[in-house]
Amino acid sequence: MAADRNVAWREDLRKTMSNKERTSIPRVQMNELNAGYRARVREEVNQGLTKEQALVEAKRCLDCPNPTCMQGCPVSINIPGFIKNIERGEILEAAKVLKETSALPAVCGRVCPQEKQCESQCFYKQKLKKEAVAIGYLERFAADYERDSGHVSVPEIKEKNGMKIAVVGSGPAGLSFAGDMAKKGYSVTVFEALHEIGGVLKYGIPEFRLPNRVVDVEIDNLSKMGVLFMKDCIVGKTISVKDLENEGFKGVFVASGAGLPRFMNISGENLIGIMSSNEYLTRVNLMDASNPESDTPIYKGHNVAVIGGGNTAMDSVRTALRLGADRAMIVYRRSEEEMPARLEEVKHAKEEGVEFLTLHNPIEYIGDEKGRVTKMRLQKMELGEPDASGRRSPIEIPGAIEEIDVDEVIVSVGVSPNPLIPNSVEGLEVTPKGTIVVNEGMQSSIPMLFAGGDIVRGGATVILAMGDGRSAAAAMDLYLKK
Amino acid sequence: MNKIVSKEKFSENVVKLEVEAPLIAKSRKAGHFVIVRVGEKGERIPLTIAAADAEKGTITLVIQKIGVSSTKLCSLNVGDEITDLVGPLGKATHIENFGTVVCAGGGVGVAPLLPIVEALKKAGNRVITVLAARNKDLVILEDQMRKFSDEVIVMTDDGSSGKKGLVTNGIEEVINREKVDLCVTIGPAIMMKFVSLLTKKYEIPTVASLNTIMVDGTGMCGACRITVGGKTKFVCVDGPEFDAHQVDFDEMLMRLGAYKEEEQADMYKVR
Ligand SMILES: Cc1cc2nc3c(=O)[nH]c(=O)nc-3n(C[C@H](O)[C@H](O)[C@H](O)COP(=O)(O)OP(=O)(O)OC[C@H]3O[C@@H](n4cnc5c(N)ncnc54)[C@H](O)[C@@H]3O)c2cc1C
Ligand SMILES: Cc1cc2nc3c(=O)[nH]c(=O)nc-3n(C[C@H](O)[C@H](O)[C@H](O)COP(=O)(O)OP(=O)(O)OC[C@H]3O[C@@H](n4cnc5c(N)ncnc54)[C@H](O)[C@@H]3O)c2cc1C
Ligand code: SF4
Ligand code: SF4
Ligand code: FES
Repeated sequence: MAADRNVAWREDLRKTMSNKERTSIPRVQMNELNAGYRARVREEVNQGLTKEQALVEAKRCLDCPNPTCMQGCPVSINIPGFIKNIERGEILEAAKVLKETSALPAVCGRVCPQEKQCESQCFYKQKLKKEAVAIGYLERFAADYERDSGHVSVPEIKEKNGMKIAVVGSGPAGLSFAGDMAKKGYSVTVFEALHEIGGVLKYGIPEFRLPNRVVDVEIDNLSKMGVLFMKDCIVGKTISVKDLENEGFKGVFVASGAGLPRFMNISGENLIGIMSSNEYLTRVNLMDASNPESDTPIYKGHNVAVIGGGNTAMDSVRTALRLGADRAMIVYRRSEEEMPARLEEVKHAKEEGVEFLTLHNPIEYIGDEKGRVTKMRLQKMELGEPDASGRRSPIEIPGAIEEIDVDEVIVSVGVSPNPLIPNSVEGLEVTPKGTIVVNEGMQSSIPMLFAGGDIVRGGATVILAMGDGRSAAAAMDLYLKK
Repeated sequence: MNKIVSKEKFSENVVKLEVEAPLIAKSRKAGHFVIVRVGEKGERIPLTIAAADAEKGTITLVIQKIGVSSTKLCSLNVGDEITDLVGPLGKATHIENFGTVVCAGGGVGVAPLLPIVEALKKAGNRVITVLAARNKDLVILEDQMRKFSDEVIVMTDDGSSGKKGLVTNGIEEVINREKVDLCVTIGPAIMMKFVSLLTKKYEIPTVASLNTIMVDGTGMCGACRITVGGKTKFVCVDGPEFDAHQVDFDEMLMRLGAYKEEEQADMYKVR
């Protein structure tokens, strides 16, 4: 790292401006679609930085001798390394630096909770009490620039070593693992249960935040590298891990995600119009249900309440607005401060007109004679002492109960690990929560079976899933060469 | 990949398709279903695997035209490909020698009943099959059922075939004349509800295979959820077969109507 920082061009670059000048530049503002317009369309809200903006923002980075920002990134991206390449105008070079560590920079630049990760540890934030360098925006810029330039560097691929590897699930963990193993010369087949490749990136995160074309480019790249994709194939149902072994697969990487929705088990929760965010987002994103051409139906609610405060809840409530809701509400039992969603999503949701009923918790749903939900009863809460998660826990205020009109409710209170693989592989060690137990090399209790992403961590993030994929690839390579 | 190799029309609204699906043909068991999608804008719909030929690598589906998606599927011909086909899904039927089993099928529920009748017979049970339909033209799979049943009772609303009456009349007739150890019922929710009420009266254990609305069929969305014994269950992974006496059929009937208006508005596409 230090060597990298001492190359001549970087030393020269540091001298072109004083730190005082650098720190007096204000943080760049993301170009966004106007809130009134975007709340009714599916176009991507963030339009990205222009090259001019990126070049200026890159100057803010001080190329610190001890870049603390990197400690905030779960995969330790060489942050000053790529930003300084942007500053000197070598954007394709910047993209290359990103790809040394991240398989999906265009995705992570868009969806990482930067304010909690890299940017939270930036010198600006830590020591200067100023707004952090816009690392995420710059990351997205470099990755998009490379894609649009038509000069996407196809990674070098080692000579085929003749070993077949299977991947279960095509989310970020599976995709990054597949890419790394292909580079190392393995013949990789990715098995996906759904009819689309991409996992949550496709069926969960909506178009207005992560356009499908961004993900498709990465999938195309993998195909070009020789990775095979088998859609509509459920490992553990269509084909078993044993079958894979018998067919000569030497290693299996399980990246099957945490796709099972949780409900609250309160009265009336099975009324029509109440559904999980997984169902709602799958209908809209995977099945394109709001398009009249699509055969999949979707109910377009007028008064939509979304229960929860995570990214999934924000995605659902903003989707409801885009499908024409008059009133789109977040119902969350803690206060805004405790919300796990990315800051930017909360801000965008507010700008678009989402109402926030924080410190409210649903206790009952009431329906009409056809069984369709018409009202919900909400218990008002206040904050008490911090709980196990370190967040202040919500406590009921006795007797403070409210009733509001709703015709659609999206339940977004978390997900559980997908039990298909744990249930179908004998001798696989799992936790009581259903996540697969792995060692530091992402290897499970069955030596040829590795696992990573949400199936190991429970609901986590794209970058952690991706990082797991890469660690698992490195470890499996070592294991298979032993 | 999922090419249709043969097609047969059972009636105006019921079609049998034999489809290439080698992996599924090998791994499926009685009671399993698949999810099928026709066309790039197609909906994912669940269909029971009525039969399979592991050697040939094919599975058989029996489809009743109900709405857009089933109609699109029924209009495909030999040589056409089904866009997506995934499975086998759900839990397989629990098969053992129970003794005497009454299998009651109504409407298109008769198709998913067929592999169960076959498996029960092969396990040594005395199998009495009751087939119910509105009229003679809507009775399907009668000959196939006869192959695996000790007796087949046909009930039609208008008496145009078999006896005049409802499926429950047929079942009660059997109960009144001999000891029944188990009842298996598949059909419209309303029919299963009444079968369940009847067998509860006689305290005969009853299994119903539920046909709720589904999206993914793998436990990911919860669209298929119902209440069984006071607890929420996902039909696609916990079922599709449940202890009928524990199922909240009224809730299930209600939930089946969730998209009625939207589905009907879509029918212009196949008219
Ligand atoms: C709506 C939503 C918004 C989110 N927003 C953000 C965000 O802004 N930032 C962020 O960092 N994270 C976000 N997350 C979380 C993030 O998407 C996940 O942590 C990440 O996708 C996990 O990746 P994965 O590869 O482990 O699994 P997934 O992306 O869940 O992919 C698993 C895949 O495996 C398939 N599969 C499962 N079982 C089998 C089987 N037996 N055989 C074959 N295939 C199988 C599934 O169909 C799925 O495609 C969000 C999640 C959701 C749902
Ligand atoms: C596990 C399982 C196995 C099944 N096996 C078979 C089979 O072997 N053969 C077969 O023909 N069908 C089977 N079904 C039913 C089949 O999935 C539906 O008929 C199909 O989804 C209807 O789609 P559609 O677009 O044609 O009709 P839609 O337009 O979706 O429905 C038209 C109307 O039919 C009603 N409806 C919707 N879904 C269902 C349903 N699942 N059951 C009853 N009524 C419904 C609704 O009230 C709706 O308004 C099965 C269902 C399940 C859950
Ligand atoms: S991958 Fe995410 S956390 Fe790491 S530097 Fe990029 S935006 Fe920050
Ligand atoms: S901590 Fe901030 S200023 Fe320092 S190298 Fe990282 S991004 Fe640049
Ligand atoms: S169909 Fe989605 S969970 Fe059962």
